[in-house]
Formats: sequence, C-alpha cells, structure tokens
Amino acid sequence: MIISIASGKGGTGKTTIATNLAVALAPDVKLLDCDVEEPNDHIFIRPEITHTERVSLKVPQVDMSKCSLCGRCQEICQFQAIVVVGKTALTFHELCHSCGGCVEVCPEDAITEIDREMGIFESGSRNGLEFGHARLFVGQVMAVPLIERVKADVEPDKLNIIDAPPGTSCPVISSVKNTDFVILVTEPTPFGLNDLRLAVGMVKILNIPHGIIINRSDLGDRKVEEYANEENIPILMEIPFSRQIAETYSQGKLLVEELPDWREKFIHLYEEIKDYVRKS
Amino acid sequence: MSGKANLKELIVISGKGGTGKTSLLGAFASLAKDKVLCDADVDAADLYLILEPEIKERQDFQEGHRAVIDREKCTECGLCRELCRFHAISPEFKVDPIDCEGCGVCVYFCPEDAIDFPIKTCGELFISETRCGPMVHARLGIAEDNSGKLVTLTRKHAKELATERGFDLILTDGPPGLACPVIASIAGATGVLIVTEPTLSGHHDMDRVVELAHHFEIPAYVCVNKFDLNPSMTDTIEAYAQDRGLPVMGRIPFDPSFTEAMVQKQTIIEYDGSSNAARAVKGIWERLISSL
Repeated sequence: MIISIASGKGGTGKTTIATNLAVALAPDVKLLDCDVEEPNDHIFIRPEITHTERVSLKVPQVDMSKCSLCGRCQEICQFQAIVVVGKTALTFHELCHSCGGCVEVCPEDAITEIDREMGIFESGSRNGLEFGHARLFVGQVMAVPLIERVKADVEPDKLNIIDAPPGTSCPVISSVKNTDFVILVTEPTPFGLNDLRLAVGMVKILNIPHGIIINRSDLGDRKVEEYANEENIPILMEIPFSRQIAETYSQGKLLVEELPDWREKFIHLYEEIKDYVRKS
Repeated sequence: MSGKANLKELIVISGKGGTGKTSLLGAFASLAKDKVLCDADVDAADLYLILEPEIKERQDFQEGHRAVIDREKCTECGLCRELCRFHAISPEFKVDPIDCEGCGVCVYFCPEDAIDFPIKTCGELFISETRCGPMVHARLGIAEDNSGKLVTLTRKHAKELATERGFDLILTDGPPGLACPVIASIAGATGVLIVTEPTLSGHHDMDRVVELAHHFEIPAYVCVNKFDLNPSMTDTIEAYAQDRGLPVMGRIPFDPSFTEAMVQKQTIIEYDGSSNAARAVKGIWERLISSL
C-alpha cells in the first residue's frame, strides 16, 4: 500500500503527519520524502544514510564535425533548448526536458546525450524504518525527474508513506500519482480552505481516495469542517494548536516519541485509512 | 515595455511553506503607498482572500501543447509509444493528458499524421483593483504545468501596470519551494525578503533559499515569524543570517490575531494596528523600505 500526504497550502503539517505515521508504524514501513526542493523528513527521522546517488537528466550534445546545420533539432524542440545560430548549434541544457526528440530527428547522427546532474538521492534507515529522499541542486528548475527517482524506491509489498511538496502542480501530481490514498493536511483558515479545495480538485482528477487532517484545529473558523461534510470527505484526525506540539516540532522531535498518546492516534489513523482503501 | 529606471520589486519568499508570507505581504500592502501588488504564488494564490480584488481584466494563459491521437487515422503501429519517454501513451493509444510533457516527438514522427497538437489553456491572469491598490494575480489550472511561465507573465503585467500608473514599487508574494516557480519569481528582482520560522525545518529551508538568492545575485533580507515559539532557535537563525551577511529586518511574535484578521478578510494592520504583531510588522516594513 502507498499512502501519500499532500496539501495545497504549505506549512500545514505534512512533514509532521508523514514522519509520525511512519515511526508509529515502523518497522516494515518505508518513508519517501518527495519534497525534493525543501526536504525536511530527515530532520525528524535522522536516518543512517547507506546509499547515495547522483541523479542526472539526459541532455543533448552536438558533434559539430557531423552537424549539417539543417535545423531540424530546433524545429522539433518545444522547449527552445537547442538552436542553430550561424555556423553552430547551441544547446541550453537547463531548458531541456529530456524528450530525446533532437537525437531521434538528427539526419546526421550528430547528437548524442550526456548526463546533466540535477540532484542527489539518498536512502537508509533508522530502527527498521526505511527511508529515502532527494535534494534538488540549488538553481535547478525541474523537480519532477528527481521525484520520480525517489518514487522508484517504492516497495509494493510494504507500506510506503510518501511526503509530497505543497501546491497542486506537476511536482505534487508526480508525487501522489499511483498512490492508494491521499491524506490532505490543512488548517482551518481561509487560506487553508482555499488551498484544500485546489488539492481536492487535484486528487479527484487523479481519482484517488482521500481524507482530511485538520492541523491547529482550534485556530481559525469551522469552514473546513463544513466543506468536508458537504463534499463527503472524511476528517481523519484533528490536531489542536499547542505550544508543546509547536516546540516539539521546532526542535526536530517527533510527537509519537515525546507525547506517547500520539502513537496510538497514528496507529488508529492507519487502521482507518486501510478501511477506506479496502472499501474503495 | 520596460519599467521605470527606479522601479523596485520586492519578493517575499520562504523556502518552507506556511511561514506567513501572504499575511506579511498583506500587511505591507496596508502600509506601502503607490505600489502594485502581485501574487506570484500561482499554484495556491491566497492574497486575493484578504484583499478581495475587483477584477478589471482577465485573460487566458495559454502555454505549451498536448498530444491527442486521432483514432480514425491511427494504424496502431506503435512508433509513438516507443518514442515517448514519458510513458504517456497507453496500449490502447490514448494519451494521458497528465503524463504528456508536450514535447511533440510523437506528433513529429507519426507516419499517419494522426496526432494533433493543440495549444493548452493552463490558467487565467487577472488585473484588479483592491482597497490597497492595483493587483496582478493568476490562477494556474488544477494539475496544469508551466507555472514558471505564468509567474513570469504575472510579474511582467505588474511591471507594466506600475509604469502606467507611475508607481515605483511592486510587492510580490512568492511561492514556497526552490525550483521553477520560485526561480521565475525572483529572477531580476530588486530584493527578496525571506520569512522563516524558528524551527529546524524553517532553518534548513531558509538555508537553501538563501543559497538560491545568492546564486541569482539578488539581495536577501531575513525576518523570523512566530519567533517566541522557540527563542533560542530564533537567535540561531539570526546569527546564521548575520554570518552570511544578510540583514535581519526583525522578528514577529506568534499572535492568533493573524488568523483572526485573515478570517475577517483584513490585514493585521487593519484588524489590530496597535497589537505587538502589527507593531513588529511596521518596524520590519520601515527597515526594509529604507534598505531597498
């Protein structure tokens, strides 16, 4: 089973849910942090990293001794990543989506592909909990290929927990796609509700069963609850605001370890999700 | 159209989401005179919820293409499936609109000319008036891509509007993260204000976004929101910022008034201008505007 954790709005508590759920259910759990732009799960898990891998994207390199300047590569490229100017073909690797069109179309076989590094993937474990995440290099534009590398570590026979980045666009889609259930974490504020609606729209397009966790549930108003009832989306958990929880988080500590009541709550959360997945 | 020579553009970013970018930008909107507001968080735009813009102009945002197979012409030769690196074409020869990258390789090579390549409408852009001044904002369609390009377009319209009105300031709410939409938000800006929170995650994410601002050679300023939730972490973050040569603009206390103001569709300045939080925000604004 694969459970993903998403939210339209950032800072609602995805990392808190992902890390605590994973630790409450460990061992036989794999936690994969797909927020490759700002990965935070490792701060709470403190895994021992046993595997490190540089992740790269295939980008074109033109052999000018073979190039006839015909311009077909420029014509096929939708991303302006290769341009024929004067007597040379220029490549702009940061714009390349790695579709391979230019290589395929070149009549002179003048284009080969080289690796362009975009980030680092790491995996390891802590107390039987398996862990994987990646870090996009600063200045890199495209997060999706790196997210796909993290997801390639999913083990279908295990429980996999995927922590997605905030938002509703390509990096989020790529993270939650092909998962069995999405936990949408929100807060009971106008911003939280607005971004929750967007996130629900996204999981509906992807047709994945989903439920809501309301964090800092006693700040704000009751409109998230009303919305969930109208839309028939289950509210899986409510976490009230408390300085103790906020401080625990700020120090990079886990609720399930510092405040033992929470372990039961997270185990119960998983049982509930299993039921929803079974029924869907 | 190029902006005024002295046009200043400040972008509020954070790396980590939920640190209070939009609430802070809303407060600045109450304090600054003669400026254009710009919401560059096109993926989850929230500024409009406080400022309730009256939309004056809207336009479709069209960008990129998507492949569509004409089943009448398709002979199921399979070449498109072989060439597609995004695994977007099913064994039944249907293109998954979410997986399709819009690279056009299948369109180009289809021997039957059976694949159409229509342009996509990925979102909408709005030019509005608010009680705090003109505002440019956008909405990326759910599950759409090209967010970076929509950010760039939104900022371009904000610059044009500033020039038109003779304003020399643009206040922009940036997206969380580090990649495409954030890079599109900050490229060429006068300065970025990094809003962080006193948590290990906030510190870690700020660190990466500081590096990003440095990479693009944009002056960065720092402020710590909800500083009293962990004062010693606040000290650590401020010391780190100073070490990196980043001016610290101030700290804001944790204050449920921010949420109450949001529920009332008000900025913190409008909701309770004499609160400690509002006073802290005013101090940050004054230091920031004199530094820019």
